[in-house]
Amino acid sequence: MRTATFVLAGLLALAVAPARADARGDAKKQVEFGIAVAQKGLWREAIYRWERATQIDPSYAAALNNLAIAYEHEGELVKARGAYEKALELEPGNALIKQNYELFREINDRATRKDSL
Amino acid sequence: MTARHAKIVCSLAAVALTTACGSYSEIAIETPIRPTMDVSGFQRVFVAGFISGGSEDVDGNLETTRLLRSQLRTKSTLRVIDADSLPLQDVASEGRAADQAPPALVKDEKDLDAYSNLFANVEYWKKIGEEYQQPLIVTGTVLFIPHQRNSIVQREDEVYDSFGRRRVVPVRTYQERKGFVLSPKFIFIDGRTGTVMHSTTAREEILYNANQATPALSSYFELMDRVIPTFLSTLSSQKIKGTRVLLQ
Repeated sequence: MRTATFVLAGLLALAVAPARADARGDAKKQVEFGIAVAQKGLWREAIYRWERATQIDPSYAAALNNLAIAYEHEGELVKARGAYEKALELEPGNALIKQNYELFREINDRATRKDSL
Repeated sequence: MTARHAKIVCSLAAVALTTACGSYSEIAIETPIRPTMDVSGFQRVFVAGFISGGSEDVDGNLETTRLLRSQLRTKSTLRVIDADSLPLQDVASEGRAADQAPPALVKDEKDLDAYSNLFANVEYWKKIGEEYQQPLIVTGTVLFIPHQRNSIVQREDEVYDSFGRRRVVPVRTYQERKGFVLSPKFIFIDGRTGTVMHSTTAREEILYNANQATPALSSYFELMDRVIPTFLSTLSSQKIKGTRVLLQ
């Protein structure tokens, strides 16, 4: 009985793993395309691609990082903050995401600085 | 595991590491910042002058008025009115007994507080607005004070050991430092109604080694350079350039 449970669990893991790998593979294609178009200045298209990537694989921190950068470029600072924070939740030790987020925060703090009447 | 297998595993690990490290690219971005204040109802802006004080080496009123006008001319869509700045200190003293008038020589922030009524004088600003065809009026206070701070600072010293090897060691020393503090308050007044629409304050400080002689005017411009982006972002949209790292 015990052996059967192990075998079943193993089979399940084997069945899920390729699906996950497929999702990451598909999401990666979207991310790569997004980078190519962003480098040509087509930021709206890049946003579309990176949003697709995060829908396909919601645990893909790189896609969220890129999406945050694109939102930043478009002046959508609230969305950018959300995307950066999600990316850091997924990969808290990623120094490059942290660096991007720190730079973003500097600008965001200036933009949302509270002044008086 | 044979030596051959170990070699293959190592090579694969190196390739994986290189791929992981190389899967990013830098990209230049421009973040647009929307203005804090809606100035769509104005076509003209009048930098009316400032109540200033502190260092006698810099005329805070004159320099700030000049600087803001030149910045607005190049970085805002509003037309800048060229006119003499207003005699704000005289206006603040008008109709007051000599002992109740605000101090003519402003030394600190407390002295500036005595001028707060001037900016709330709706009738006066409305009259100015009518005179200049109802522009957005920029006024406020500028305090530029000499500042001194003695503190422990860390510097790096070069040390050579008996073999002639160079080492850099951090050394903490007590140092006398002199500089300035700039505290401007920008007040934006609606020239149509005479009311204050918005105000923003800043505080910037700069310190030099005591033996370094930096002219007060240079320090003033250095500090204003830090404040100007905040001032401009109040009434015109800005684009902030930077670089970010895209990941794969």
